[in-house]
Amino acid sequence: MTSQTVNNNNLRMRLKARWEALMANRKVLPILVLIGLVLSFLIPQFNLITPYYQLILMYVGINTIMTVSLNLINGYMGEFSVGHAGFMAVGAYIAALLTMYVWPQNLVGWLFPLTVIIAGLGTALIGLVVAIPSFKTRGDYLAIVTLAFLFIVKSLIENIEAIGGPRGIPGIDRLTTLPWVFFWTVLALWVTRNFIYSNFGRGVLSIREDEIASDLMSVNSRQVKVLAFMVSSFFAGVGGALFAHLLQFISPRVFDIVKSTDFLIMVYLGGIGSIAGSILGATTYTVLLEVLRPLQVWRFVLMPLLLVFLMIYRPRGIMGLREFRWFIPGYELLATKFTKKPKAEVTDAAAD
Amino acid sequence: MLLQINRLTKYFGGLLAVSDFNLDLNTGELVGVIGPNGAGKTTVFNLITGVYRPSEGSVVFDGQNIVGKSPDRITASGIARTFQNIRLFNDLTVIDNVRIAAYHQIRYNSFEAMFRVGRFNKEERGYIDYAMNLLAFFKLEDYAGELAKNLPYGLQRRLEITRAMATKPKLLLLDEPAAGINPNEIDQLMEFIQWIRQEFNLTILLIEHQMRLVMGICERIKVLDFGATIAEGTPLEIQNNPKVLEAYLGEGAEQ
Repeated sequence: MTSQTVNNNNLRMRLKARWEALMANRKVLPILVLIGLVLSFLIPQFNLITPYYQLILMYVGINTIMTVSLNLINGYMGEFSVGHAGFMAVGAYIAALLTMYVWPQNLVGWLFPLTVIIAGLGTALIGLVVAIPSFKTRGDYLAIVTLAFLFIVKSLIENIEAIGGPRGIPGIDRLTTLPWVFFWTVLALWVTRNFIYSNFGRGVLSIREDEIASDLMSVNSRQVKVLAFMVSSFFAGVGGALFAHLLQFISPRVFDIVKSTDFLIMVYLGGIGSIAGSILGATTYTVLLEVLRPLQVWRFVLMPLLLVFLMIYRPRGIMGLREFRWFIPGYELLATKFTKKPKAEVTDAAAD
Repeated sequence: MLLQINRLTKYFGGLLAVSDFNLDLNTGELVGVIGPNGAGKTTVFNLITGVYRPSEGSVVFDGQNIVGKSPDRITASGIARTFQNIRLFNDLTVIDNVRIAAYHQIRYNSFEAMFRVGRFNKEERGYIDYAMNLLAFFKLEDYAGELAKNLPYGLQRRLEITRAMATKPKLLLLDEPAAGINPNEIDQLMEFIQWIRQEFNLTILLIEHQMRLVMGICERIKVLDFGATIAEGTPLEIQNNPKVLEAYLGEGAEQ
């Protein structure tokens, strides 16, 4: 009996040590990314999984891009934007129009990366317009501004006949592939992470914590807000472009408030202010919706119920304000600075 | 002359919060502002730091008129402050609290930050060292990885001053540094203020209710009541000024 508990403890200690070593290893994440990249090429090539699963995988990627970019505003900056579907719509329409009408038809495949970038940049410019009201208002009032923005975008594209009006744009080439989704997802996560762990990102965090104090600590909050909104909307536009070339059909109805709500759920499910939480939230929500498909309409009862329970027991989401160590750049560097003295003692003892 | 405030006036709607406030601060001085609750002391700080825009008057700091400048520009030009109720970035670590205050010193642009190229890595390392040195100076280095909200009250106060110092100020505005501090720790606090003043070559303007602290370290004192300056002078002069006694204790108190 006692020896068994000792064994159990030993095992737990060893597992814990393994886990620590794995977490501390900086090479694991790049290797995983590399494996992911190779897999993203191999899977469609050899049909390792059914096309249906491939489709879900791509939606997971696109939703991750959308979630991490929304998390930048709602989680890290502490604002409440409900207009994310509007940014997605702008990106989707720019990309779809480029592919359908601007580029020469035989080159659309080659020009797809450029299409996505232009869609992102175009959306970032729109993001700049939304950033300006955020100088003066925040909280609930900024939420109303983003809501208004969403309605404006939706009614604009509904009323311009040249881009299909309410009927939308059908028959877009299917150019979104698993490698592209993988690439853009990793890029979105990487750039967002870099941004957060820079001086600008710390400015974003300080605005969430206390905007007046942050102004008085020399943070240029206008610059920070403009940057945050532009990065966020850039990737929302990228997500929209990928989405349009996957679904092959876009219309104003696709980008309504419900779409925004989906992304909000993913952010608050996974956890505010967390890269890991964004991935987790987008993956969990997208996969759960598919897994629960047999329940038909009931899944829209079950999912909100799940959310209610989550908010009761984990009000900041699964990973709220916490981060997976792999996603913190320079974690070791900081950690050694914090614990300089004990570490020196340990090495001394080992030398004896 | 480091700071020259001339006829500073602020109305909130019809309410006169500060009227005709004048103050000249020489480099290296330590001046106190006292007055009953609601006398407009914190408003003066908010006017100097750009949180509020004055209705009238001018604030000249280091030869430049800073009225109308945004708070972050004013801070960057060399005025730092602490708050009456501690306003740390609670959910961030101690080192991040300090690093944020170095925001205006960054030399890399947003592109370099997003792709971690160019000056980014070297500069970031520099800021970690900068923050750690400052934390070590204020004996907070052991808490660098803690969340600010988890620090005990006294250390939060100290962190707030550390954070203010990270902006590299010439003028430090202290808003009730003794608030919530045990009366027998006042002497320590006085030594502490004198110490940072010497170490960083600071000019200090402070608001305080604790008379022992104000009388103990301030070279000059201004007394505000209902937004108006009712007295000015050395601690000794202020102690014997009938107007001040009246403001604090009510009419007829001088008998």
